[in-house]
Amino acid sequence: MSATLLRTSAVRSALRSSPRASFGAATFVRGKATLPDLKYDYGALEPAISGKIMELHHSKHHQTYVTSYNNALEQVEAAQAKEDIATQISLKPLINFHGGGHINHTLFWENLAPKNQGGGEPPSGALSKAIDEQFGGLDSLKQKFNAALAGIQGSGWAWLVQDTQTGNIGIKTYANQDPVVGQFRPILGIDAWEHAYYLQYQNRKAEYFGAVWDVVNWKAAESRFK
Amino acid sequence: MAATTYTLPKLPYAYNALEPAISAQIMELHHSKHHQTYVTNLNNAAKSLATAQANNDIPTQIQLQPALRFHGGGHINHSLFWQNLAPPSSLDTKINAAPKLSEAIKATFGSEKAFKDKFNAALLGIQGSGWGWLVRFDNENGRIGIVTTKDQDPVVGAGEVPLFGVDMWEHAYYLQYLNGKAAYVENIWSVISWKTAEQRYLGKSADVFASLKASM
Ligand SMILES: [Fe+2]
Ligand SMILES: [Fe+2]
Repeated sequence: MSATLLRTSAVRSALRSSPRASFGAATFVRGKATLPDLKYDYGALEPAISGKIMELHHSKHHQTYVTSYNNALEQVEAAQAKEDIATQISLKPLINFHGGGHINHTLFWENLAPKNQGGGEPPSGALSKAIDEQFGGLDSLKQKFNAALAGIQGSGWAWLVQDTQTGNIGIKTYANQDPVVGQFRPILGIDAWEHAYYLQYQNRKAEYFGAVWDVVNWKAAESRFK
Repeated sequence: MAATTYTLPKLPYAYNALEPAISAQIMELHHSKHHQTYVTNLNNAAKSLATAQANNDIPTQIQLQPALRFHGGGHINHSLFWQNLAPPSSLDTKINAAPKLSEAIKATFGSEKAFKDKFNAALLGIQGSGWGWLVRFDNENGRIGIVTTKDQDPVVGAGEVPLFGVDMWEHAYYLQYLNGKAAYVENIWSVISWKTAEQRYLGKSADVFASLKASM
């Protein structure tokens, strides 16, 4: 575990003990986003996802989103102080992209788990019931989810989402780092950017989409489902 | 109404010829797997489109547009990309292989260095997968400019002539550069074929895409 404790602070260690309630708060300390620690080692998701991928993905890619988000936020704050509306608007794509990257990856790490922490164990309770009713079972959901992942044209994510209006669940894809906000609530996300699998799977992305279910943390998904 | 069959074009150099800027492993996967997949899926989409056209089935024709754009764009972009790269030892990669274009670059951007800085910044600013292109705009008196496109959107607008492009999908550099895409962007200049760029700059839009027709 020590390998993953890159930037442990008392604040984050304390927040880690109540991860469910703390998603928003845990990653924004005094207005600044910080890289969250993983709850498992980089190598813990092997063979589905290699340790090398996890290390780069968390310590480099996610870190870059955090850093760039903080930079963009600083510029927004400066523009706000000057009541410079044009600059505030021009910064919106950066907030969406880097803030989205931070949110998406934070949720992603949480909805993955090694086998010995419940990774791959099928969902239970209300979410399981909703999956059965709306998809005809978990296998059918996985099939449709994988088809959605494979159909992404470029970089992006596929999410199991809950419609906050109807309560129904569904599969949606999002381009680049567009986050799941607004009408839909994120339940389970899979990163379909090439950096998420390329070192291990190269162009064989269907193999990654097949294997990732072995490390999906359905308990985390259940806790997001309302 | 049989659909045309597109084929993967041969590279004008060996897979390892662009080293050290781009590794042989990347080139082989990129050409033989990624580009091939675009060609295969383009042919599938073209076939479905031909059937829908034969049946006067307009909804299906419209529904096929995104696949045609994505896979057709992937085929066009990669075909142009391979041609606008050359081994670093080749004289084609020196900017004096593009006398007219380099004049236009200096007139537009001030200097070769200023142009490269702006092009690099554009490449690094792409949010997600996409491409950066130097383009000639015939509708604007033949001016040149830097354009970025998302995913596999091709530069095929009326009066737009792509002079050279750089693939900013992660598959284009990840095995060698990992998250260090700034180094990829820096090194790509050692393998840009200024000779190809000059030919495209002096030619017509149709000339640029002519080689694509030849590979049908
Ligand atoms: Fe990612
Ligand atoms: Fe590519």
